[in-house]
Amino acid sequence: MANGFEKSRNKWGWVFISLSIIFIGLFIFYPLIYSLYLSFFSTKGAMKNFVGFGNYKRLFQDNYFILSVKNILVILVIQVPIMLFLALIFAFLLNDPKLKFKGVFRTALFLPAVSSLIAYSVVFKMMFSSEGLINNMLMKMHIIKEPIRWLLDPFWSKVTLIIAMTWRWTGYNMMLYLAGLQNIPQEIYEAAEIDGAGKVAQFFKITIPLLKPIILFTTILSTIGTLQLFDEPMMLAAGVTTGSSVGPGNSLLTPSVYIYNVSFKYVPNFGYASAISYMIVIISVILSLIQFKVAGEEK
Amino acid sequence: MKRKITYTFIYIILTIAAFISVFPFYWMIVGSTNKSVDVNKGKLTFGTHFLTNFKNLVNNYNLGEVLWNSIQVSFFVVVFSLIVSSMAGYGFEMYKSKGRNYVYGAVLLTMMIPFAALMVPVFKLMSFFNLIDSLWGVILPMIPSVFLIFFFRQNFQQYPKEIIMAARVDGASELRIFFSIVMPSMKATYAAGAIYAFLTSWNAYLQPLVIIQTQKNRTMSLFIANLASGYQPDFGLVMTAVVIATLPTLILFFALQKHFVQGILGSVKQ
Repeated sequence: MANGFEKSRNKWGWVFISLSIIFIGLFIFYPLIYSLYLSFFSTKGAMKNFVGFGNYKRLFQDNYFILSVKNILVILVIQVPIMLFLALIFAFLLNDPKLKFKGVFRTALFLPAVSSLIAYSVVFKMMFSSEGLINNMLMKMHIIKEPIRWLLDPFWSKVTLIIAMTWRWTGYNMMLYLAGLQNIPQEIYEAAEIDGAGKVAQFFKITIPLLKPIILFTTILSTIGTLQLFDEPMMLAAGVTTGSSVGPGNSLLTPSVYIYNVSFKYVPNFGYASAISYMIVIISVILSLIQFKVAGEEK
Repeated sequence: MKRKITYTFIYIILTIAAFISVFPFYWMIVGSTNKSVDVNKGKLTFGTHFLTNFKNLVNNYNLGEVLWNSIQVSFFVVVFSLIVSSMAGYGFEMYKSKGRNYVYGAVLLTMMIPFAALMVPVFKLMSFFNLIDSLWGVILPMIPSVFLIFFFRQNFQQYPKEIIMAARVDGASELRIFFSIVMPSMKATYAAGAIYAFLTSWNAYLQPLVIIQTQKNRTMSLFIANLASGYQPDFGLVMTAVVIATLPTLILFFALQKHFVQGILGSVKQ
């Protein structure tokens, strides 16, 4: 009899999730399916022609699309490892029970994660302007002789973007690692210290191996985040170059920015924009699977 | 001796890192008190221009209207998103069934989809509902939050089942148990969730960029982006706007730091 009760009560589960299912269905699942449908059409304004896989074929010949993927891969390969490594080091250092002012350091390092993407991009854009703060400082310290054209040069604009993103997200990832480190008993470190293991050895031999699941988690989060990059390149590029180039020589063009431009800035082609979107979803799934695989094999 | 050197080294590294992390905030506040030329030159000391900048924003750019729009968006997103997501998290956690597990898996998978990929259909949907250039067109699509559902489910795992059992024996209905027993006792979780929802909605850029078309419906992010994107922007003005947009988040962070951090910790604990 109790079983019958259990079953009828179980129906309440659907009641509780129904609202969210409606919202997710309307604003995520439906758009997802509709966008798949649209990706097989060429749409110019109100015209809609079925083109089969035409949009997808076009992607592989579209230099802007290819460039946007390349840009994002460069950032992914350089920025994500630097950021996660720094975050690991800071988390490791802050996890030491003998360290003083821990709270102050933790708060300070986490602070960038509180800033809005638009706000910090704007602030960085001003700091890195050609006659701005960073160049002045570097020149006063005699590190450089001539101002660096941070935002006006294809190479340096990517460097600026990488510096800005690292500033914004290192503390956030550090917090995730600190949470993970709480599950590692301090005794392990104490024992290692008694055995004569220095800080560096402790970091590589204890912290990194034991944090592996969280490192994988943050790697996937960062990968997805980088593939979706929109606010920062939009802001860093805005007003810097004339015409439709996103950053000098489109150095800051990302897939998300490109989708936006194809949908709303140029002659709107929703069909083609949908094909680009699907390509990005496929790329994120593939990259996440690869990361799972690599992490799994190392175990 | 060697240990002392190691620790000195650690303090130096952490101090430099802390300085770099905090410096842009300092510079942003300094910038809001200076003239455009000085900000552009990278002036590092406070000026006397804050009131001029502020008045300029209020009188010539209708800052009040922009702020009010942002406040409305954030308020409704936080309230609805918390109710919808916490109910879902509770439903998935407390009433386990195979069917719902599949639904949960499908919901989690959508975390991988960039908003840019949904932008066109959402835009079309909103024009179908006649919500283009309306704040509701910005609010509604931001209500479903997969992350928050996940976050609430994780936190409900720790909720003592005995309390729910006892309430059932007393004859309380399932909805009542949730709204008048579980919800009020999870304040810390809701606070952390609210902070998350506030941050996402207050800082949202792409969503309003697609939906909002006219000046009078602009949100803070759109406003700052516009202000900073001109060919020769007034940097002092931009910095003042940035400070005003960042202040609520900073206050929230320092006032509720524990919940803030708990929100992040809770989401990764296995």
